[in-house]
Amino acid sequence: MIRLEDTSGHDIAAAIAQERHRMGSPTTGMVLTLLILTDETYQADATAAAVASAREHPMRILTLVPRPGGDTSRIDADISVGGDDGPGEVAVMRLRGDRSAHANSVVIPLLLPDTPVVAWWPGSTPVSLADDPIGSHAGRRITDVSTLPDPLAGLTIRRENYQPGDTDLSWTRLTGWRSTLAAVLDRPVGAVRSVVVNAPERNPSALLLAAWLAWALDVPARVATGPGPGLNSVALSTDEGSVELSRPDGSLGLLRIPGVPESPIALPRRALSDLIAEDLRRLTPDEIYAEALSALPRVEIT
Amino acid sequence: MLFGVTGDLARKKIMPAIYDLANRGLLPPGFGLVGFARREWADEDFAQEVHDSVREFARTPFREEVWRQLAQGIRFVAGDLADPQAFRTLRETVLALDAERGTLGNHAFYLSIPPGLFPTVVAQIQQAGLADSPAGAWRRVVIEKPFGHDLASAESLDQVLADVFAPDEIFRIDHYLGKETVQNILAVRFANEMFEPLWNSRYVDNIQITQAEDIGIGGRAGYYDGIGAARDVIQNHLLQLLALTAMDEPLSFDPRQVRQEKEKVLAAVTVPQDIDRHTARGQYATGWQGGVPVVGYLEEPGIPAESTTETFAAIRVDIDNRRWAGVPFYLRTGKRLGRRVTEVAVVFKRAPHLPFASTSVLELSDNALVFRIQPDEGITLRFGSKVPGVSGMEVRDVTMDFQYGDSFVDTSPEAYERLILDVLLGDPPLFPQAREVDLSWRILDPVLERWADSGRPDAYASGGWGPASAYEMIARDGRTWRRP
Repeated sequence: MIRLEDTSGHDIAAAIAQERHRMGSPTTGMVLTLLILTDETYQADATAAAVASAREHPMRILTLVPRPGGDTSRIDADISVGGDDGPGEVAVMRLRGDRSAHANSVVIPLLLPDTPVVAWWPGSTPVSLADDPIGSHAGRRITDVSTLPDPLAGLTIRRENYQPGDTDLSWTRLTGWRSTLAAVLDRPVGAVRSVVVNAPERNPSALLLAAWLAWALDVPARVATGPGPGLNSVALSTDEGSVELSRPDGSLGLLRIPGVPESPIALPRRALSDLIAEDLRRLTPDEIYAEALSALPRVEIT
Repeated sequence: MLFGVTGDLARKKIMPAIYDLANRGLLPPGFGLVGFARREWADEDFAQEVHDSVREFARTPFREEVWRQLAQGIRFVAGDLADPQAFRTLRETVLALDAERGTLGNHAFYLSIPPGLFPTVVAQIQQAGLADSPAGAWRRVVIEKPFGHDLASAESLDQVLADVFAPDEIFRIDHYLGKETVQNILAVRFANEMFEPLWNSRYVDNIQITQAEDIGIGGRAGYYDGIGAARDVIQNHLLQLLALTAMDEPLSFDPRQVRQEKEKVLAAVTVPQDIDRHTARGQYATGWQGGVPVVGYLEEPGIPAESTTETFAAIRVDIDNRRWAGVPFYLRTGKRLGRRVTEVAVVFKRAPHLPFASTSVLELSDNALVFRIQPDEGITLRFGSKVPGVSGMEVRDVTMDFQYGDSFVDTSPEAYERLILDVLLGDPPLFPQAREVDLSWRILDPVLERWADSGRPDAYASGGWGPASAYEMIARDGRTWRRP
């Protein structure tokens, strides 16, 4: 790792290039630039998750940690390129004092030419992602409302300010649930009349799942309080009885369909790196997420 | 003989390049370097200057024995450029050096001085008899840009030099042409089978040539103000890059043949009728660059507050020949832009039919072949590739990179090394001659005249990619600048 103190975007770019040369010739072309905007709370986990997903998506990871206030006004950067952690290039930059308001100017010289840019806010986010100076570089903008003090209010902000290219990790967390439910609904289970999702209070994924079902099936949807961890169950009331997908322990799910033997379904709570790797696989606007967001007001919370 | 030894260029580029050449064993034995300046220096003082600049700026390691060999041939002549006596002393010094070192009487004059002084110096060189060469020896003169500020001034500058030196003895340094990647444009195009068939209006959508600096004008206010980005960069570097990218295959790499093709393509270049719609110019304003606060052009020391000199220039040109009809060439250059980069991007047309779902190719842009001139000299090929995974067919841009630094472990020679060596060898393919310079001015003059009549350039924020008008001008053609 190289540490640069009181540096600039240009010096960081030069240091990355120099380090790449020093390592010989890594022939892997970088496929994207990932911008992570965060504070010290999430910085380490988010960067580590991105580094892990760089095995699947070789990329340049730029973690920006604004630290406003204080007397010092300078940029410090930790840089690592390739090595045991994966093929990516990583720069963690701390923007101190008045530098913290100018993350965009630090980023511009560091964006890789020609390849997509993705922005990720692991913690708090700007209101409109696409209009944010950093977000404006990105075709895909990832948030995680589950880290906010009030995740449900966060979801509302995402819904009111949605622009194509936005996505949220509490939506990505649902992929396993959604594909299982979609497979179930391909079977002759009878018409679905209503939906209940069970999860701990203020679980944004539960809300999105209920909203998605409300939109896709055009039925009333409700979120009820469960013990956790994560989603506990989703129950679909059909003309043939109740179809239930439950996951009491946060890892192994159980699928019950009337007249069919119970079957276990692997529904592990996935690591952050898996979620990010999944999101980076598709960089086109996620229209289903948009539909689920707009169906949020249809969900009843009890 | 080096005129202007105290200048930045001499200190940072020319003198270190001479040492590097010596270190690589490429200088002829008996090579001598005579400095000329208005300083009360002895030979040793000048040698010390050279020594310091070599220690600081040379690219190859410092070796005492190489330095000693070089230092033996270093002389200094103190005097004013207008003083005939000083030039007589210069002549005596050079003749003495010829005798002591056995230089075969070959002399090169490197004029690293403002072009306004050329008439004086060239006249002095002639009057002192320095330009007369004995049989079998050569006299060559090396000059730096700007080669005039419009067609008329370029022609009168040519006249001054042509009175004393033959056309093939005049070496105009365009240091871009000494760069490996620039020469490689010709190698890639004409040594391979896979590119040239695509190199025409049937497959190429547009070509973007960008030269961006992240710095401002620095201490060059006196040189830069009144010159501006178009004269400083487009007239020489960018139009030369355009010529190399667009020219037809020369019959051979004989300098005359290469020059003929470059002149042909430059002669076919036209600027749009409506200059306002297809050009943009700007002036950098106060802002943040790479996280560092920087001042605007008008706040730079030595710049008048009402200056209308442009620090960003972008123009569209077309080439009226069978190969390129309908393919716009976009040239842009500027200071205080996003990052330091020079590149030629050949952007190809989109495939006429894509047998994929429209959502699969949303992230696919146009194929491109990019010659990266600096930094990271190399070549990038951008094309679409499937994103690995079982969940459907998503096609996304990927790049394939060839990087000089990685493949050729030895540091590639600095452009000035190559050019100085070519001067000594009398090998002029990399040096534009008077006709190319004149043709370039012929292209640029109408734009400059129009700009001179249209008020102030647009202000643009430092650290970005230029004024909004630059984006608008290319958007009018339904295209976008690529992010370099």
